[in-house]
Amino acid sequence: MAWFTRKSKNIKTSNEDKKEYRDGLWIKCNNCRQILYQAELTRNNHVCYKCNYHFRIPANKYIELLLDKGFKTQFEDITPRDPLKFKAQKKYKDQLEAAQKKTGIKDAIRVATGSINSIPAIVAVMDFSFIGGSMGSVVGEVISRSAEQARQEHRALIIVSASGGARMMEGAYSLMQMAKISAKLGQLSDAKIPFISVMTDPTTGGVTASFAMLGDINIAEPGALIGFAGPRVIKQTIGADLPEGFQRAEFLLEKGFLDLIVPREQMKIKLTELLGVLHGQTTYSA
Amino acid sequence: MTKTILEFEKPLIEIENEIQEMELLNTTGEKDLSSEIEKLRNKSHDMAIKINKKLSRWQRVELARHSDRPHSLDYIERIVTQWNELHGDRYFGDDHAIVAGIGHIGEFKAAIIGQQKGRSTKDNIYRNFGMASPEGFRKALRVMKMAEKFNIPVVSFVDTIGAFPGIEAEERGQAEAIARNLFEMSKLRVPILIIVIGEGASGGALGVGVGDRLLMLENTWFSVISPEGCASILYHDASKKELAAESMKVTALDLLEMGIADRIIEEPLGGAHRNYEKMAHIIKDVIIEELHKLIDKDKETLISERITKLENIGSWG
Ligand SMILES: [Zn+2]
Repeated sequence: MAWFTRKSKNIKTSNEDKKEYRDGLWIKCNNCRQILYQAELTRNNHVCYKCNYHFRIPANKYIELLLDKGFKTQFEDITPRDPLKFKAQKKYKDQLEAAQKKTGIKDAIRVATGSINSIPAIVAVMDFSFIGGSMGSVVGEVISRSAEQARQEHRALIIVSASGGARMMEGAYSLMQMAKISAKLGQLSDAKIPFISVMTDPTTGGVTASFAMLGDINIAEPGALIGFAGPRVIKQTIGADLPEGFQRAEFLLEKGFLDLIVPREQMKIKLTELLGVLHGQTTYSA
Repeated sequence: MTKTILEFEKPLIEIENEIQEMELLNTTGEKDLSSEIEKLRNKSHDMAIKINKKLSRWQRVELARHSDRPHSLDYIERIVTQWNELHGDRYFGDDHAIVAGIGHIGEFKAAIIGQQKGRSTKDNIYRNFGMASPEGFRKALRVMKMAEKFNIPVVSFVDTIGAFPGIEAEERGQAEAIARNLFEMSKLRVPILIIVIGEGASGGALGVGVGDRLLMLENTWFSVISPEGCASILYHDASKKELAAESMKVTALDLLEMGIADRIIEEPLGGAHRNYEKMAHIIKDVIIEELHKLIDKDKETLISERITKLENIGSWG
């Protein structure tokens, strides 16, 4: 569990765990600092093969990891705007453009429909490399439509979160996405279609305080930072260092807010097992 | 009543002091000053209107958090008859940053939720500056579920700079508590009126802020984060709060234009803090009027309209 202590130190000190997965021949692990062979790391689902540290990965990679071949991407035509004409040194519009160029997606989320080992599913994955995975109108709309489609087509809904929270540049619009998505999840729940929330590093703010915590089953990747307030804000408020492992997945499991911690390589098989019970073909009749 | 005076309130207060002095002279002195007093009254009235018209977004924020501004219990005292506050979340404790209870508002029975700030330092510590902990959100939900069970409408007063960002709040699931409230409030089978009476920031406000109608007092704000919070993150300088308030468009009028607020409730001239009685009276009338619109809707319509309204919020291409 070397990654655990290392990451706790990161809370106090540096921006190191902000580093994202990058292409290249060799890469240094953010946690154990060992030099890793990129191809080997990729084969290992971008999990350090020396210390089990889970690198952040682009949304499309997570979709490939979970869905069977032949999935169909969805809602790619929904694009962000600058509804408030937000005043900032770097214009929000330019920021969006830069992020779109960098990631190849319109906003911080990708969705695909398909199946997970033959169980019908819709998978929505947030992308942290798009403005910190922040939730604005597009993320809200795309997840809402995903929930609606899951309900219409009786597909299990899986949302993989990676987000710093709501997107300030959309003001109250971004805040209200929390309510909008939660309402759609309420409808899905009433229709008795399962929703599984998968939290990856980091999942904080308005994302945690809405859909990420509302799974029929809440899962996290090992070591993921999960919380409402960010560690920096809490530190400022209380004026002291935070306890070791605070707001990590293992901490949340201990406190009762997660059902399971699942390493990335086992995510698909675990979802299959869980959905097999909640959304499988065989039914129990009394 | 006013103890704190904001910069832009000063000219108004000066005239009012002048009027007071003249009134005193008028009762004791031998000269009749009535016409002068009347003139000054008109002047102060016109000035108050003028000031109000010219208020910047940040100045509205200042009014929303004016230290003399009425808080939830000030309104509850004046609006709710046979009010009984109910305590505790049944899991951990009783959060003083949120009050909840039942009583009557006019001809309606109602469950009332209120985010409660303090006024003195001691009171503020007791209320945790209006920053709720998970227990507060869970208490509010417990009372709302009870309201659903007995088919009585919910009125929720929003007034917070955010949910409490502390170690214990995280340990007890601040995020889960807020999320659960959004989920349950979106499908609660009784009418829910949300009234923003002061500040409304982030999930802390939304955690008791999902309903059929979002009403905002004239001098209130509602957004994803406080202007200071936004400024310190985006501009790396908390003092750029005025710019942040402008950028995020946080006022009642902005929220109405964004299709998030449904109605603005006018405040007494100069702001709610200048006339508690009048403000409470206006709010009471509005609550009754709004509940009349909602109370007879069948539950399916009520909830589907509530969700449709949420579905339409946002801006995308
Ligand atoms: Zn490593």
